[in-house]
Amino acid sequence: MTQRLPIGGRVDRTRTLRFTFDGVAMTGYQGDTLASALLANEVRIVGRSVDLGRPRGVFGIGSEEPNALVRVGDDPMLTATTVELYDGLAASGLAGKGRLDPGFADDARYDKAYLHCDVLVVGGGPAGLAAALAASESGARVILLDEQPELGGSLLGARERLDGRPAMDWVAAAEARLSGVQVFTRTTAVGYYDHNYVVAVERRTDHLADRPAHISRQRLWHFRAGRVILATGAHERSIAFPGNDRPGVMLASAARAYVNRYAVRPGTRAVVFTCADSAFAAGDDLRAAGVEIATIVDARRGETVTRTVAGPDGALAGVEIGGRIVECDLLAVCGGWNPTVHLFSQSQGRLRYDQNIHAFVPHLSAQAEQSVGACRGTYGTAACIEEGYAAGGSAGNFRIPVSDARHEQPPAALWTSGAQEEAFVDLQRDVTVADVARSIGAGMRSVEHVKRYTTAGTGADQGKTSGPGTVGVMSALLGADPGAVGTTTYRPPYVPISIALLAGRERGILSDPIRVTSMHASHVARGAVFEDVGQWKRPWYFPLDGESMDDAVLRECAAARTAVAAMDASTLGKIDIRGADVGVFLDRIYTNMYSTLAVGACRYGVMCTADGMVFDDGVTTRLAEERYLMTTTTGNAAAVLDWLEEWHQTEWPELDVSFVSVTDHWATVAVVGPRSRELVTSLGVPGDMPFMTYREVGLGGVAARVYRISFSGELAWELNVPWAYGRTLWETVLERGAVPYGTETMHVLRAEKGFPIVGQETDGTVTPQDLGMSWAVSKRKPDYVGKRSHARPDAMRADRKRLIGLFSAERLAEGAQLVTAAGMVGHVTSSYHSAALDRPFALALSRDAHGPMEAVWDTRRVPVEIVSSVFYDPENLVRDGSPSTWPVSHEGDWLLDRPVSALDAYRDRFAVAGADAVVRAREIPLAIMRETHGADPGEDAMRLGPEWWIGPAGDVDVSGQRTIVELTGPRARDVLITGCALDLDPRVFGVGAYVQTMLGRAQVILRRVDDDAYHVYVRSSFAGYLAEWLLDALAEWSHT
Amino acid sequence: MRHPDFLWRNPSPKSAYDVVIVGGGGHGLATAYYLARNHGITNVAILEKGWLAGGNMARNTTIIRSNYLWDESAAIYEHSLKLWEGLSAELDYDLMFSQRGVLNLAHNLPDVREGRRRASANQQNGIDAEWLDADEVKKFCPILNTSPHVRYPVLGATLQRRAGIAKHDHVAWGYARAADALGVDLIQGCEVTGFEIDGGRVTAVRTSQGRIAAGTVALAAAGHTSVLADKAGIRLPLQSHPLQALVSELLDPVLDCVVMSGAVHVYVSQAHKGELVMGAGIDAYNSYGQRGSFNVIERQMGAALELFPIFSRVRVVRTWAGIVDVAPDASPIIGPTPVEGLYINAGWGTGGFKATPGSGWVYADTIANQRAHPLAEPFSLDRFTTGALIDEHGAAAVAH
Repeated sequence: MTQRLPIGGRVDRTRTLRFTFDGVAMTGYQGDTLASALLANEVRIVGRSVDLGRPRGVFGIGSEEPNALVRVGDDPMLTATTVELYDGLAASGLAGKGRLDPGFADDARYDKAYLHCDVLVVGGGPAGLAAALAASESGARVILLDEQPELGGSLLGARERLDGRPAMDWVAAAEARLSGVQVFTRTTAVGYYDHNYVVAVERRTDHLADRPAHISRQRLWHFRAGRVILATGAHERSIAFPGNDRPGVMLASAARAYVNRYAVRPGTRAVVFTCADSAFAAGDDLRAAGVEIATIVDARRGETVTRTVAGPDGALAGVEIGGRIVECDLLAVCGGWNPTVHLFSQSQGRLRYDQNIHAFVPHLSAQAEQSVGACRGTYGTAACIEEGYAAGGSAGNFRIPVSDARHEQPPAALWTSGAQEEAFVDLQRDVTVADVARSIGAGMRSVEHVKRYTTAGTGADQGKTSGPGTVGVMSALLGADPGAVGTTTYRPPYVPISIALLAGRERGILSDPIRVTSMHASHVARGAVFEDVGQWKRPWYFPLDGESMDDAVLRECAAARTAVAAMDASTLGKIDIRGADVGVFLDRIYTNMYSTLAVGACRYGVMCTADGMVFDDGVTTRLAEERYLMTTTTGNAAAVLDWLEEWHQTEWPELDVSFVSVTDHWATVAVVGPRSRELVTSLGVPGDMPFMTYREVGLGGVAARVYRISFSGELAWELNVPWAYGRTLWETVLERGAVPYGTETMHVLRAEKGFPIVGQETDGTVTPQDLGMSWAVSKRKPDYVGKRSHARPDAMRADRKRLIGLFSAERLAEGAQLVTAAGMVGHVTSSYHSAALDRPFALALSRDAHGPMEAVWDTRRVPVEIVSSVFYDPENLVRDGSPSTWPVSHEGDWLLDRPVSALDAYRDRFAVAGADAVVRAREIPLAIMRETHGADPGEDAMRLGPEWWIGPAGDVDVSGQRTIVELTGPRARDVLITGCALDLDPRVFGVGAYVQTMLGRAQVILRRVDDDAYHVYVRSSFAGYLAEWLLDALAEWSHT
Repeated sequence: MRHPDFLWRNPSPKSAYDVVIVGGGGHGLATAYYLARNHGITNVAILEKGWLAGGNMARNTTIIRSNYLWDESAAIYEHSLKLWEGLSAELDYDLMFSQRGVLNLAHNLPDVREGRRRASANQQNGIDAEWLDADEVKKFCPILNTSPHVRYPVLGATLQRRAGIAKHDHVAWGYARAADALGVDLIQGCEVTGFEIDGGRVTAVRTSQGRIAAGTVALAAAGHTSVLADKAGIRLPLQSHPLQALVSELLDPVLDCVVMSGAVHVYVSQAHKGELVMGAGIDAYNSYGQRGSFNVIERQMGAALELFPIFSRVRVVRTWAGIVDVAPDASPIIGPTPVEGLYINAGWGTGGFKATPGSGWVYADTIANQRAHPLAEPFSLDRFTTGALIDEHGAAAVAH
């Protein structure tokens, strides 16, 4: 450590840290960055450049660094200047590219959080600190962000004195006065979006040798601010001359900060090359640190450095000045300063080119934003502080300190000196002045073209030190004002951020909510294989020990066709529709007629999009004169509800109709098969219910809904009970002899009947008529959605594809194309082996075709025979079962007395996680919830929207639709802000407040019930997801 | 690679041209080139509001493939792919066209059916296509997580081996240089502000650089086409949405194919320089803001990480959006409009880049012969009246 100064700096010499670089053991001090420690250890060459392989060293001091790219631990590419040193750090230099290990699995945590404030100050240097201080004294909610481990900004690396004392004393005093300001250090604002939405990355544990596994390594903050004060400082820029990339060439401000802040000499003999005054202070500080200053070359006096000379290792050995070589191992270069306008520009603010300081500065703000200090081109600490106080809003309360820094004259504009070759404008991308000149010669005039032609500014540093230089070089070559050339678009993120950080908690089982039914635990226990249907996990089939899928499905089908079988049908969408005009509304939405449906009757219906194509189908029942229950396909439940609301709200607002989703409230068991009547009557279902009718029935003491509908062609019943009783009902049905079956068997059974499945037989290009469902398209109705399209020429074509049945000697692949001599005529939509027929069969969409037809897929060609699309019981003889065996009901001999909540399985895990007291989760037992569209039903109902209420009183019972989790403890809010984007500040979200929002990826109602207590109402099918999400979020607080 | 020393002149606009193409993106440049090369029509100007190829051409994720479902789409995209296969040589410009194979992943049973259906249809249409099961997918792309334990396991994929990527700027500049050399005027910084229409026929465009008379006006303005057409009194069935994209820092080679997943809305490839290039599904809302929608990017990265766990610590360096114009059936609109002499080529949605050569070819032919090229016929505006839609929502592989 020969270049470490014996005293001074902000490093802690009592804490020596061991680290390795390229396998060589070294030491540094607490407070070092990897870059300062490398310089202290006299490491001049850190890596190689990406295209030319030229040696490169530390060039800057922070996130502007273009050169010192390193791999650190598992992080493939970081800049040494932004890595805080810790004991045991292992780093290696890179040649401009990272490398990924094929087996890498990241076990670190990443998360996100959301905060709101009145004033967000970005940058904790003199201007930002002053702004935060002044803003806080006005009573505003203030958040202050800074990239560094400690506040102070440029003062961290200066020897400047304020009011006769070290400038950092002023920083400390200001920091001590901050009251009510949330300060985030090690936090970099990376994106500035509309409505003062600022995204920032907080590096929480990266600087630690021992990183607690339960704390997120990095957190992505989402801030929403009333106004934003940008105090992001300025980046010094370089000058392009041959060999300006050698290790030893460094920004003057960086060289200065290394000696002042880290007590490290970046060289022993220095030349300073500048066109601005600030480099003189750098020269002073380097000299004070014992660095010999060979000469200061001030371009304003007509001298320039025209090239560098390399030593044997390629690092700097000297510079050429006026044809003379001056030996040096450090060239501190200053080409002026570029205000850090990245965030301003991202906010859509407009820049202008300032001819006085030769830099782009903020011109017109697009949002409630203000730039202060060096980022708006202001020079001098005192002036920056003055601007900060003024922007903070209570400038009168503060005195501007007096600085001992010399007054700076405006810089000169100097973009290049010497030859064009090897004069780098972009160090990271190896772009030279000659490259820029070639692009101009090729005809390029736009800075965006030059960027693409040369790649200047496209590196991981996003051209922080090179972008304006490229513009300057272009302006010189074109003879144009840099302002006329303009800049490229500043794109987020300001500094690179990892993919894992962007993903946050959304990994593995949290990557997308898993929805399950009330019976899910039973299915798991029974060894079901699941199919993903949207976010749902549905049992695909239920294999017995060692049974193949094909065998299981044949067995399940046989049970449904010859005995009794049961399926969990809870995932089908269920929408309770009320109002005087429901009949009219449904007549317009469905292709067939609903206003004429008798109370207590069910009808199958098809709905189309405006272009006449089948969109969804299902059975809708008239529960009462002005009340229907619509069922939808599983995958389309949310889309159909949106569809209904859209037509109602935008086209037919005059209709009295309202919609309540009850999908999760009702658990549904389909009981199917010739012996199903015996089973359901044993439960209390009236065995004489006619086909396509509905009854409210007491089942085991619970009010249930029973529908005599069938999706398999067999005698079948759909039993609906509230969520909490679903699992017990399912177990009871199976105990009484039903064989459980999954979606595959359901698909086989319905295919045997020729019933199409939306999304399998249809693909958005199929009309009801194509499916042979003209019977479901009313000719009498004046209109329905899709009617006009059904009259369009293409819909009337005689050669449209239609649903057909196929027989073949072997089972076809679904998706296989059907081919005749005339070419492709259609494709196979469904293909199974039928237990009932004991042969393979298929459904297909096909044009009328003549001659032999084959199904083709991969390398297979299989002859097929066109048959009717109804393979089983075409006369519907089995639908009603056998009349001779209609027993009476046995109501009362059993009880649904074991309600099981959606979070039953999480009780113990919540208890363990909450054993510590700072935050606890638990489920609130079943509560009566009713949803109302209309007048306030009273009893403390929550208003979810216009004329939309949920509370203990009201119209539609939705008690099972949602599950309630209670979160209590002083850290409850800290957990909630990691998944809820709304403002939960106690001053805004008071006790009693509630809101519909998202928590993680689940839609919830969030209610604050006490100072430190919240109730989270979540859809019951999402409750397991939310529990897993909460347990992940609680981890941070369960270990304290 | 080293770009040519000369690309294009920067001429001032003349007062009149035989053909004025509005929009200097990939399609506009390709159209101009084929007008000159195939039809000898060289008195042509391209009017570009900003800088050449600065719209979607500069913003897309450069994926090229032709494995579309319907015959009509397959025909035009395959025509395009065949042109791609000879394009570097024809334009004498290294387009870095790399036929490294594109995987379209299936994550659920409907995906599997759709993939098999598309592969089978492609084969019948003479387009190379294979169906891979999960093991074969793993073999083709070893870093892909095909474990059954991920949230949405990979059940299989279609593979088009002739598909791949190219370098977008090179394509634009290759066409621009060639068109310029054939006499086409490339006018940048020239915004079309209106049309002069006389007796139902377009006669001139009004621009920020003055009036320019035109025998024929051809729109090629992607996401801004509906705004332009509105100035000519034409209301188009197009909606403009942002489409997100981003790149990572440079990495040593780690991914040598293109992976697309419609179900989880992410697609990724590694460009020649080494950066990962990723895209998402379109934003749900209509917008002209060519900026990243941060929430979409966050979601997309979660999906990407499920597929590629080793990308965890790769850093994103730049995010942006392009504006894609989407027709109700997610297929393009090519051909004449109700205004005589005014042609439209739009609605390419997320598929525009791959279609660049084919689109330019058939559009030039359509303009030159004043009737739709046979490959363009199915993509006429009247299909929205007749109902003869070409619904590619499924096969677009990107959620529309």
